[in-house]
Amino acid sequence: MTASPVRPGPVYLAVLVIATCGLVYELVAGALASYLLGDTVTQFSLVIGMYLTAMGAGAWLSKFVERGVARRFVEAEIAVAFLGGFSAPILSFAFLSPRWFHPVFYGLVFATGTLVGLEIPLLLRLLRTSVAFKDLVAQVLTFDYLGAFAASILFPLVFVPRLGLFRTSLFFGLLNIVVAFATIRIFRHEIGPPGGLVAKAALVGVLLLAGFAGADRLSDIAEEQQYADEVLFAKSSPYQRVVLTRNKAGFQLFLNGHLQFSSVDEYRYHEALVHPAFGVVPGARRVAVLGGGDGLAVREVLRYPSVDEITLVDLDPMVTRLARENPLFVSLNEGSLLSPKVTIVNDDAMKWLEKGTDLYDLVFVDFPDPSSFSVGKLYTRHFYGRLKRRLAPDGAFAVQATSPLFARKSFWIIDRTIEASGFETRPYHAAVPSFGEWGYVLAAPRAFEIPARLTPGLRFLSDETLAAMFSFGPDMARLEAPVNRLHDQVLVRTYESEWRKFD
Amino acid sequence: MKSSRREAIAALVGLPALSAFLGACRRNQVGAPFGGVIAGADVLRGHRIRTGELLSRPVARRESVGAAILGAGISGLSAAWTLARAGFTDFRIYELEDAPGGNARSGENAVSPFPWGAHYVPVPLYGNPALELLLSEVGALTGRTPDGEPEWAEEMLCAEPEERLWFRGLWYEGLYPRAGASRQDREELSRFEREMLRFAAIRDGKGRRAFAIPRRRSSDDAEWTVLDRISMREWLTRSGFSGARLFWFAEYATRDDFGSSLDDTSAWAGIHYFASRLRGVSPDGPFEEPASFLTWPEGNGRLVKRLVQAAGGRIVCGAVVFDVVPKAEGATLRWLDVPRNEVVEVTARHVVYALPRYTAAKVLAPWREDPPAFLRSFEYAPWLVANLTLSGRPADRGFPLCWDNVLYDSRGLGYVVATHQGDRGHGPTVLTYYLVFAGEEPRKAREKLLSATWRELADAVLADLSRAHPDLPALVTNVDVFLWGHAMARPHPGFVWHPDRTALEQPVGRIRFAHADASGLPLFEEAQDAGVRAAEAILAEEGERFTSLLG
Repeated sequence: MTASPVRPGPVYLAVLVIATCGLVYELVAGALASYLLGDTVTQFSLVIGMYLTAMGAGAWLSKFVERGVARRFVEAEIAVAFLGGFSAPILSFAFLSPRWFHPVFYGLVFATGTLVGLEIPLLLRLLRTSVAFKDLVAQVLTFDYLGAFAASILFPLVFVPRLGLFRTSLFFGLLNIVVAFATIRIFRHEIGPPGGLVAKAALVGVLLLAGFAGADRLSDIAEEQQYADEVLFAKSSPYQRVVLTRNKAGFQLFLNGHLQFSSVDEYRYHEALVHPAFGVVPGARRVAVLGGGDGLAVREVLRYPSVDEITLVDLDPMVTRLARENPLFVSLNEGSLLSPKVTIVNDDAMKWLEKGTDLYDLVFVDFPDPSSFSVGKLYTRHFYGRLKRRLAPDGAFAVQATSPLFARKSFWIIDRTIEASGFETRPYHAAVPSFGEWGYVLAAPRAFEIPARLTPGLRFLSDETLAAMFSFGPDMARLEAPVNRLHDQVLVRTYESEWRKFD
Repeated sequence: MKSSRREAIAALVGLPALSAFLGACRRNQVGAPFGGVIAGADVLRGHRIRTGELLSRPVARRESVGAAILGAGISGLSAAWTLARAGFTDFRIYELEDAPGGNARSGENAVSPFPWGAHYVPVPLYGNPALELLLSEVGALTGRTPDGEPEWAEEMLCAEPEERLWFRGLWYEGLYPRAGASRQDREELSRFEREMLRFAAIRDGKGRRAFAIPRRRSSDDAEWTVLDRISMREWLTRSGFSGARLFWFAEYATRDDFGSSLDDTSAWAGIHYFASRLRGVSPDGPFEEPASFLTWPEGNGRLVKRLVQAAGGRIVCGAVVFDVVPKAEGATLRWLDVPRNEVVEVTARHVVYALPRYTAAKVLAPWREDPPAFLRSFEYAPWLVANLTLSGRPADRGFPLCWDNVLYDSRGLGYVVATHQGDRGHGPTVLTYYLVFAGEEPRKAREKLLSATWRELADAVLADLSRAHPDLPALVTNVDVFLWGHAMARPHPGFVWHPDRTALEQPVGRIRFAHADASGLPLFEEAQDAGVRAAEAILAEEGERFTSLLG
């Protein structure tokens, strides 16, 4: 195919654009590296060095392009659009994996640099026959450097503040696509039938546009991938991320990504939490439920006519509102939180215990697992000490205490901590398929017997199986465990290391 | 508002870290989305002592008192507390500022009480009767185990997580920069810890520790005090340490406790920081955890509150004492009553001089004429403390928010979180940020500080913290800045054990020196001990019956 003369003006414009894009990708990589890894000087130096080296490699590689120069140029352009355009999202997702970040980062910088390095030599060759060599070099390099200048000014002052880093890189990817289309048109005589090229360019263009439109949703997408099922509700309260999902079997509540219950088997969990304690304090009148804003433990408590006052203390109004208003919740908790016996207090349980002085016959402690220090404090000797002050002398309380199988030591730390706070304890366990083997601690500020009889009509618990719940097989048996304290939250550390093995 | 725009940008970017960069780009354009003031010691009041202008003012009224205590910092308040405990109530405390507390002063706003200075006390590991008594009075010491070990109130011991470090773009637990540390670095750290344990385990011929709190209980054998003559940097180098991480870690300690760099800190004082907080059971035994901290939302302001209560209304604030003259039967002193703008003359049988020592060259009559040469060796590091009120918690990357949060590449010391004890992890809070001008000539640093505007200081604080918390500017509702021109005397090489300095601890007639300056180490325990000692000497001389609190 013979090269036919082209008007150089639009091509110079293309040079300006691709030079701007090229430098923007370099700046995106440098900015991300310095803010993710710190040590700005090193990161920027490394990025610039690697990028320039890669551009040199690209320039060298250009000599291996023998024929179809225009076609190769367009292909390089599409590839740059893709790699450069998605560089910010790719790098920030890669950062989530410490193992992959560095290879991905340097690989991406080098690949983008190589492609950008290919661009100018190929363009020079395309214009060779249309423009005198001295003018060609002067013009192309002028626009190349002008583009770099434009990028260096616009990137920090206009694009990043207005668009953010994600959209900036996606936007410049789109500009590369525009150049690709323009080149296809300008060099249509050399390229011949452009069908495949147009399709590729259009595909990358659409992807970039979609990314651009959905930049805000990128984090949401990442979140939804965690859940296998349909997401019914997903909102952030000031305290946590609240997500409700549904599948064929029923619906599930997640707080900060941790499953709180599944409607399929939550009755096992909640019956086990509530009923054994009623065997210790049969005529309980005043009951407090700490945590458990879903109203499911309260539902079980309401089975006892002797109870005439229930105080539910849950930090997050979003959860208690869901439990009162969402039809799925209301049907599952049988409208427990709408009962006139129930008072809802949205407060920190520790603060609530410290503030009041009135006593309770039974307290149910249903907090999320101790996976963070701020929840871990609700499993300390200090917490149980405060709880003791709010418990009637002949009262008792029950605590959900994570899995004695998956987090055996954590479970026994909780038991030991309660004991060290001046209680007799009776640890027990039950199988909840959604969670696995689950543990509880029943405690009272005096000696007491394991309950022998339960209220009739339960779905899961029975008098016959009750005694078995209080005995632990060898793989869950008691371990020597330290006391968990506010200033030495050994539970959070143990819990994290134990569950890491299973996650 | 700019702040919401920044927030929007940060959200757009999806990477909060980037807005630090934006913040830096646009710092000059930012308006004033938050309020605040410069609080702090009244420079003008102190200045009136320096010029000597008050000496010629006529006396408007006269009073007499058994014991005049100058300064309502920890030392002066502890002297009063000791006197009051023994039933000796014929005393008065004269304080230049409008509030008592000295370096342990605190404030409070709608969100939380917060410290303006000292904010913790390590639990005494090897007995300190005065401190233990005070701590039991505030409910921190709740009882003793059968084998006599003190039991501390769990809610006052610094709750976990305690400390974290911003290092290379992430928060890490602890203050030693562990991330990416080489094997050699880790070996150095463990050798350093072993050395400190060895120092902690030393007992001299009289059974004294080499490094004790309070300092006077330490061995004065030259074998150890010779370490006071070299700098901490020199000691580290001589001991074969070379890693940048260990030097940073050691210097963080000297900056944090003394406001001094490794070069400005005597090796004895630098080692004291670590070794005095270990039991030192055995030099070859297992590594020991350093003493836990007791802390409160208002910092040591909690202890001030108790001491002020014990002083029972005998504190006169706005009292600028400018002249103290020793007499055969005590001393006379003159002070300016700031609210009434009149000079009062006091005849006192005893004086407790619980002011920073540098003031004595202007206040103590015999020293005005002929100041002891060593007074010039007292160097005071200036500090900046800022309390930032936040509408919510900054986003985090890495280890979660701790009590103490330190930035590696910063001249600041980081910040403590006022709401940390019993924190729920959400909602408004107050961060107390500390900046000390270590390694700088104090006078220049002081001038720089005092000439800056509130806006400049607040922006500097935000710029420092925004590197770790890009979303901070959007959360800040108020920044109050407190300038401490002469926060504490630096234990520079040759300071703590210099015979001329220890000679300055001796009373001048019946004027007894208290203040942490009297011990050479700027610590709560030293201030308290000095105050208690001065008061017990008075009680002994007055023939009062009392049980000594000096261990």
